[in-house]
Amino acid sequence: MWKYTLRRILATLPTLLTVITVCYLMLHMTPGGPFDSERKVSAAVLANLQAKYHLDLPLWQQYLFYLNNLLHGDLGASFRYADWSVNDLVAKALPVSLLIGGLSMLIAVIAGVLLGIWAALRQNSWVDHTLMVFCNIGGSVPSFVIGPLLVTVFALWLHWLPSGGWNEGEWRFVVLPVTLLAVINLSTVGRVMRGSLIEVLSSTFILAARAKGLPVSTIVLRHALRPALIPVVSVLGPLAISSITAAVVTETWFSLPGLGKLIVNGASNRDYTLVLGLVVLVTFVAVLLNLLVDLAYALLDPKIRY
Amino acid sequence: MPYSIPKSAIEIAPPPRSPWLDARQRFMRNRAAVISLAIMVMIALVCLVGPWLSPHAYDDTDWNQMGIGPTWDHWHLFGTDELGRDLLVRTLIGGRISLTVGVLATLVSVLLGVAWGSVAGFVGGKIDAFMMRIVDILYAIPYLLIAIMMVTILGRDFYLVVLTISAFSWMDMARVVRGQTLSIKSKEYIEAARAIGVPTYRIIFSHVVPNLLGIVVIYTSITVPGVILTESVLSFLGLGVQEPMTSWGVLIHDGANVMESSPWMIWFPGAALTLTLYCANFLGDGMRDALDPKTR
Repeated sequence: MWKYTLRRILATLPTLLTVITVCYLMLHMTPGGPFDSERKVSAAVLANLQAKYHLDLPLWQQYLFYLNNLLHGDLGASFRYADWSVNDLVAKALPVSLLIGGLSMLIAVIAGVLLGIWAALRQNSWVDHTLMVFCNIGGSVPSFVIGPLLVTVFALWLHWLPSGGWNEGEWRFVVLPVTLLAVINLSTVGRVMRGSLIEVLSSTFILAARAKGLPVSTIVLRHALRPALIPVVSVLGPLAISSITAAVVTETWFSLPGLGKLIVNGASNRDYTLVLGLVVLVTFVAVLLNLLVDLAYALLDPKIRY
Repeated sequence: MPYSIPKSAIEIAPPPRSPWLDARQRFMRNRAAVISLAIMVMIALVCLVGPWLSPHAYDDTDWNQMGIGPTWDHWHLFGTDELGRDLLVRTLIGGRISLTVGVLATLVSVLLGVAWGSVAGFVGGKIDAFMMRIVDILYAIPYLLIAIMMVTILGRDFYLVVLTISAFSWMDMARVVRGQTLSIKSKEYIEAARAIGVPTYRIIFSHVVPNLLGIVVIYTSITVPGVILTESVLSFLGLGVQEPMTSWGVLIHDGANVMESSPWMIWFPGAALTLTLYCANFLGDGMRDALDPKTR
C-alpha cells in the first residue's frame, strides 16, 4: 500500500508541472508588461522594478524563480490590486470556497448514498421514480438555471433567504449556494449508487446470503454496501472537477467572495498573475482530490493490485 | 406432373439485416429519443430560419418598447431587454451561436479523440502509454479554469472559444476508442491486412476506424450536451462571444442581473437551453441503447 501511495503521489507531478509550465508560457505570451501604464515611468525606475521582480532575466531563469516561489507557497504579486499579493487574496477567498464546497460535497455524498440505497431497495416504487426524476433534473438542468430558480422561489417569492451576498458567512447566506451545489452533486451520487447497488444485489453472493436467511439490513450493510460503493467512489474524482466548474458559477451567481469569483473577476480585469496563481492552486487541489479518491478506491476494492 | 421447386435456403431466410438497420429500428422504438430528436431538429430549424422571418434585428433598438414583458404588440413575443432589443430574435440568434459552437467543438473533439485513441491503441507500447498519460493529465485538470485563462490571455474570439472547449472534450472519446481499437487489433482481418503488407496508417484509417463507428456515434451524441453546456458556462461568466452578438449563456447572464424586475429575460433563454440539453441527453441515451451491442 505504501509503495502504491508513493507511486500515485509521484504520478501527480507531471500533471502539476505540465499545467504550471503551459500556463506560465501562455502568460508570458501576452502582450505588454506589468509596468506599462498611462504614467510614464523613468527608465531607471523601470529597470529597478524589473530587477526586483526578476523580469530582466532570461525566460528560463524567471520560470525557475517562479517554480521556486511556488515550492515555498508564494503565488506572486497581483497584477491589478497593488499592495496585494495573490496569497493575500487567496487567503481571504479560500475559506469561503472551502466552506461552500466541503459542506455541499458532504451533504451530497451522504444524502446521495442514503437516497440511492433507498431507491435501489424499493426499485420501481414511487420513491425510486421520484428520485430518478429529481436526479435527471439535477443532472441536466445547468447550475446557472437552477440557481435563479432557487432564488426566485426562496428569496423573491417566499422571502425566506437572501438572494445573494456573503455577510461574513452568516448561515442564512450559506443555505442557497450550498443547496445549489449539493443538488447537482447529489443527483450524480444518487444515480450511481442506485445503479450499482441494484447490480450488486442481483449477484450470486447476495443470493447465497439470502438463502442463508440473513435479514435484509445485514445483507445490505455487511455484504452489498462495500462493493456497491466502489463506482460511487470512482465517480467522485470527476465529480470534484465538475463541481469546481459549478462552484465558479455558484459563487459568481450568489456573489460570494470565494476563489471562483476571484478568478472570474481576475479574468475580466486581465489580472494575469492572479489568474495564473489561482489556476495553479485549484489544479493542485483537484489533483489532490483525485489522489485521495484513487487511494480510497484502492482501499475499497480488493481487486486493485498495488 | 409439375412439382413445385423447393425454395432455396436463401429465399426462405429472412432478408439480411445490417447492424445499422437494427440500430435504426431500435432507436425508432425508443419514444423519448425520437421525440427528443424531433424537438432538437425543430429548435435548430427555428434558430436558423426564425431570425430571417422576424420583423426585428437582433441588435435593433425599439425606442418605444424598452424592457417590456412578452406581448403581441409589435411582435415582441418574448418581450424586450432594457435596450429595447427583441428577446425572441436574440434568443434565436443566441441559439444559433450555442448550437454552432456545440456542433463545431464536438466535431473537432471527435476528430481529435478518434485519431488519438486509435493511434494509441493500435501502435501500443511506449507511445500508447505516453499518449494515454497525456489524457490522464488533461482529465485531472479543472478545465474551466484553463479555459478562463486561455480566454483571458488570447481574447474572446468565437473560434478560440470553440478550440478551448474542444481541447478539453476529446478525452472520453480517446479512451473509449483506444479500448475498442485494442480489441479490433487482435481480429483476423487486421492480421490478414498486415500479412499482405498494408501500411500501418492505412490499416488504422481503412480497417480500424470504420469498425469504431458505432461507439464513435454513441460518444459523439454524449459529447454534444457537455460542449453546449461548457459554452454557456463560459458565456454566463462573461467570457464567451462579445456584444452585440449573443448566445444562450450570455442571455441568461444578462437576464440573471434583472431577474427581479424582468423575469422573462432569464426564463426564455434558460428554458431554450434546458430543453436543448434535456433532449440532447435523451438522444445520447437513445443512441447508446440503439447501437451498443451489449444491450441487445
